[in-house]
Amino acid sequence: MRDFISARARAIPPSGIRRFFDIAQTMEDVISLGVGEPDFVTPWCVCEASIYSIEQGSTAYTSNKGTPQLRAAISRYLDTHFGTRYDPEEEIIVTCGVSEAADIAIRAVTDPGDEVLVAEPCYVSYTPCVSLAGGVPVTVPCRAEDEFRLTPEALAESITPKTKALIANFPNNPTGGVMQEADWRGIADLLVDHDLLLISDEVYGELTYDGNHFSPARLPELYERTITLNGFSKAFAMTGWRIGYLCAPPAITAAALKIHQYVALCAPVMGQIAAYEALRIGEAEKDAMVREYRLRRNLFVDGLNKLGLTCHVPKGAFYAFPSVASTGMTDVEFAESLLREQHVAVVPGSVLGPSGAGHVRCAYAVSRDDLKEALARMATFLESIK
Amino acid sequence: MDEKDRILLHLLEENCRTPTKELAVLAEMSEEDVKSRIGRLEAAGAIRRYGAVVDWERAGDGNVAAVLELKVSPERDFGYDRIAERIARFPQVRSLRLMTGAYDLQILVTGPSMHEIARFVSEQIAPMDRIRETATHIIMKTYKENGTTFAEREEVERLPYSF
Repeated sequence: MRDFISARARAIPPSGIRRFFDIAQTMEDVISLGVGEPDFVTPWCVCEASIYSIEQGSTAYTSNKGTPQLRAAISRYLDTHFGTRYDPEEEIIVTCGVSEAADIAIRAVTDPGDEVLVAEPCYVSYTPCVSLAGGVPVTVPCRAEDEFRLTPEALAESITPKTKALIANFPNNPTGGVMQEADWRGIADLLVDHDLLLISDEVYGELTYDGNHFSPARLPELYERTITLNGFSKAFAMTGWRIGYLCAPPAITAAALKIHQYVALCAPVMGQIAAYEALRIGEAEKDAMVREYRLRRNLFVDGLNKLGLTCHVPKGAFYAFPSVASTGMTDVEFAESLLREQHVAVVPGSVLGPSGAGHVRCAYAVSRDDLKEALARMATFLESIK
Repeated sequence: MDEKDRILLHLLEENCRTPTKELAVLAEMSEEDVKSRIGRLEAAGAIRRYGAVVDWERAGDGNVAAVLELKVSPERDFGYDRIAERIARFPQVRSLRLMTGAYDLQILVTGPSMHEIARFVSEQIAPMDRIRETATHIIMKTYKENGTTFAEREEVERLPYSF
């Protein structure tokens, strides 16, 4: 029998932390700071609406783009919160999580050989998605000394005549870095000068703690060349519902919709009903969760710095990204020993991009009691390796 | 009251034993600032008391609790305040509220037995002037008290890692 696996699938590197999974699986009392999802359960009002809709028999396909009610609600929500204007008919597609939105956005704009820049460290799916689309992923570093922002200098160095697009995720997973309006203006000039497209993953936009999230599509010169991605997983604690959305000018949206309708047909109807309810009446609970994340951030980052694990104050998302340089270990060694010896799971930063080396990602989306326990175990661990 | 006060009040309401040092880190202010703000909130009566949320059933105490609904004829010039003040003095009365709707005052009473509560209602509350009618409802089970759920739910399994 010949090897049926395609060259493209074969070329995708295996997960960098598969063995961490296996180690964690053997332990009973792991405190996991390794998982990028809220510990909160979806607000009850949201679950309730979805349960009711199932009882009423809403179990069919929806419009490919998503229900008109949800698209209209998303359009109003984006305008109110981020000042971006997207037409619910022509410029919004509801997707199966932001993961699908990123995939169809990349496929809608990438031709074989196109270079697509990916600001790293970042979520692990962008580069494989570019490769699967036949493009060439090229990473652009966001460095600790710049508070993990993307700088025009770093971007300029990576642009070639083959460059087609830039993928950026702010507030950032894993660093918690954010980009303000002034930061985006510098980037915008380069994107316009080189006629590049921006794919902006803003799934952590609502989780911005100091000041408001700035959505780059607000800049008129960027709107026409930006695909904005967002979703309900993080802000509304709805990871398992798989509802995200893609917003872009009509021509790009139409291209992405062709792919979406063949790969997903539509996002799950129960999730769409829940998402509509989240926008209709879930905001107070969302705000309460955001306030709690901020408290946790303050507690955890203070604790890390006291332990000598230097950590900038992340202004968004729910990740702390401390440096482990003071231990003399690499991030992979640190994460593995910490898991083995103290049963605390963190993600080594180098798995998320070369600029993440020497750092570990700690999701503070766990209770404050667990964060205190994790800090205590880390203190014991650091003491043991002195 | 500003946003910082509100954060402190929420934190204390959740756990009034949180050390000042920790409150300072959580609320992004100095320890001195925490102390002076709490002092001010106490003086202003925004903080009434520091206490624990006790699940008496779990603690093994066989106390009985009941909700009483009272229909009351209000007094000229005083409305319900004077009668409420008299009722509030009984130590058996854990909480007392004036309500809209079919009755006027709602009381939560606790006592060592059903018999004691019945005696309290029939001998102390019902005969009071201006009380026209009482209805007593025995509490069978408490599911949630002051925002704290008593029943334990099973933890949902989460992945140890995700990106």
